Amino acid sequence: MNFYIKSFLIFSRIGLFTIGGGYAMVPLIEADLVDKRKWISKEDFLDLMALAQTVPGIFAVNIAIFIGYKIRGFWGAFWMALGTVLPSFVIMLLIALFFRQLQHLDTVERIFKGIRPAVVALIAAPTFKMAKSARISRYNIWIPVVSALFIWLLGFSPIYVIILSGLGGYLYGVYEKKQKAKKGEEKQ
Amino acid sequence: MILFLQLFYTFFKIGLFGFGGGYAMLSMIQGEVVTRYGWLSTSEFTDIVALSQMTPGPIGINSATYVGYTAVVNAGYSHAVGVIGSVITTLSVVLPSFILMIVISRFFLKFQKHPAVEAVFRGLRPGVVGLLAAAALVLMNGENFGTDTYQIVISSLLFIGVFIASYRYKVNPIMLIVICGVLGYAFY
Repeated sequence: MNFYIKSFLIFSRIGLFTIGGGYAMVPLIEADLVDKRKWISKEDFLDLMALAQTVPGIFAVNIAIFIGYKIRGFWGAFWMALGTVLPSFVIMLLIALFFRQLQHLDTVERIFKGIRPAVVALIAAPTFKMAKSARISRYNIWIPVVSALFIWLLGFSPIYVIILSGLGGYLYGVYEKKQKAKKGEEKQ
Repeated sequence: MILFLQLFYTFFKIGLFGFGGGYAMLSMIQGEVVTRYGWLSTSEFTDIVALSQMTPGPIGINSATYVGYTAVVNAGYSHAVGVIGSVITTLSVVLPSFILMIVISRFFLKFQKHPAVEAVFRGLRPGVVGLLAAAALVLMNGENFGTDTYQIVISSLLFIGVFIASYRYKVNPIMLIVICGVLGYAFY
């Protein structure tokens, strides 16, 4: 079978059977591409995973793009990404077509009245998990608090929070470097 | 025509600044799609999150597809044009990843350990925690929790129950959504 068709099928199968997004896909991709087919070495795979997490965008798609590009250049990336995206695209489109008609039924409305607070809780819970892994301390807790309040109460766009916090981190890094350099000079 | 350009621009931006995984991206989609353009109501947005949790595929793709279709159909176009809308949003949320891949893969290994990149991420991580907190706070409103006392009380109990089950006991989110759907049907 053609390499591109095969890569498309591998990624669409993995995309179709993993619920819960990118992180659930990683072990499946590893088992298939690293262990079974040996298309890519374990070291390269781990490097690419780290990179896919560093760059912005959808993690699952980034994985497909970086692996595909490594193995077979642009078209490798293209077909693996298409494989990842297509199943969810088709499923969601079908849901959009039908759900909009069902939405107003009394039964559906009752079910979703119960589901909505659950979804909010499912978004709130990882906030605290993430706070741990982001090493939030009493020195930097003002950053998430201020950004959350600006978005929530003032309707600030989350994109500005991303830009400002990234820029702030960079400037702080520059400042720290200068301080260190100064200390170094004083010692000499 | 303006609508299609807006959809392209919005989802390209979401793809380009989407640091921190699916939930952080949700905050961005909400900020642009619900708060800024009003393409979806808060409760519609919450429903999509619920549906995305229960269907395979990354949440970024799921919501891009759904929003592209819904925004176009809500503007008075036909279903077929709605499908074009969903193709535009899905492609534009993925496009930045492709561009970044081509740019980054040229100096890949140096990129991640670069002190400037590390400094940027030291600011980004706490910012992303704020984004997640904001997503939960924005969704805690009358559309999702109800406006009469009976619904607010039940919603709050479901919220607390799901939060504890998810955060403390790591119960599967799909199971929690299904249980709350059944409870919603029973209570309302």
